[in-house]
Amino acid sequence: MTETPFAATPLFAIGPIHVTTPVVVTWAIMAALTLVGYLISRHLDVRNPSAVQTVAEVIVEVTSAQIGDIVRRDPRPFLPLVGTLFLFILAANWSAIVPGVEAPTAHLETDAALAGIVFAATIWFGVTMRGVGGYLKSFAEPNYVMAPLNFIGTVARTFSLMVRLFGNVVGGAFVISIILSLAGLLVPIPLMALDLLISAVQAYIFAILAAVFIGGALSGGPQTESQERTE
Amino acid sequence: MMDMIHIASILGAAFAVALGSLGPGLGEGRAVAAALDAIARQPESANTLSRTLFVGLAMIETMAIYCLVIALLLLFANPFA
Repeated sequence: MTETPFAATPLFAIGPIHVTTPVVVTWAIMAALTLVGYLISRHLDVRNPSAVQTVAEVIVEVTSAQIGDIVRRDPRPFLPLVGTLFLFILAANWSAIVPGVEAPTAHLETDAALAGIVFAATIWFGVTMRGVGGYLKSFAEPNYVMAPLNFIGTVARTFSLMVRLFGNVVGGAFVISIILSLAGLLVPIPLMALDLLISAVQAYIFAILAAVFIGGALSGGPQTESQERTE
Repeated sequence: MMDMIHIASILGAAFAVALGSLGPGLGEGRAVAAALDAIARQPESANTLSRTLFVGLAMIETMAIYCLVIALLLLFANPFA
């Protein structure tokens, strides 16, 4: 990473649309995740599951349990969104260790798109679970004076979700490139290992915060019987 | 005149990161210390505590990340240089 992280160089153009490198990497990651998911789900077996199926089941169940702990109700409506966010951000952050590939999350647009998805999903789940009036009323808690502040808070936390992921990934990439230019080959490997850990933690935190925001939009809604599940 | 703006931007970026990481560093230290204390008292609640700790640390860390982004803006997207 030598040039500015705020601009992406166009790779090629389809008509009037310039396609940049992060977009290509994003689509490659999406295709890879879809392919892996399809290959895993093609040979599912209840009686003698394969090792790959067991790993996939563990991932799904752990994610599901974590979401359930946060939103305190049946996690199944939120599992596809939050689980995909986690897996995609993890893959996107870790794609930086492939030589020549730059993590798409190191560009502000990708993070803005992800945070926008979370923002839209918060409104969507809030409206579908509580109705338009019920969701709008949640802004006027504890009373109507707080409504502008609550609205600013909703926008600001989306912004901070975006900036947090961007800053962490760019910071890691910068540290590695600076150490590389100072000390040379093989020296930044411990820092790359640390960067892998930080990337995983950031993917986890992004997914957890998405679940927290969605859970916050739902709280106070009609209680479902699955809420009393005691697993 | 342009040189002064460049010097000021670089100094501003350095001070933004230096001072901006001070507060979150202290805050994260306090948060981890409190979480370790709580886990030592109640090891069975370590699962919930560590998840809450991670989310809280991310929130605190955001302050330092804001400073980093301000520094990057000064260095790479300076509106005055």
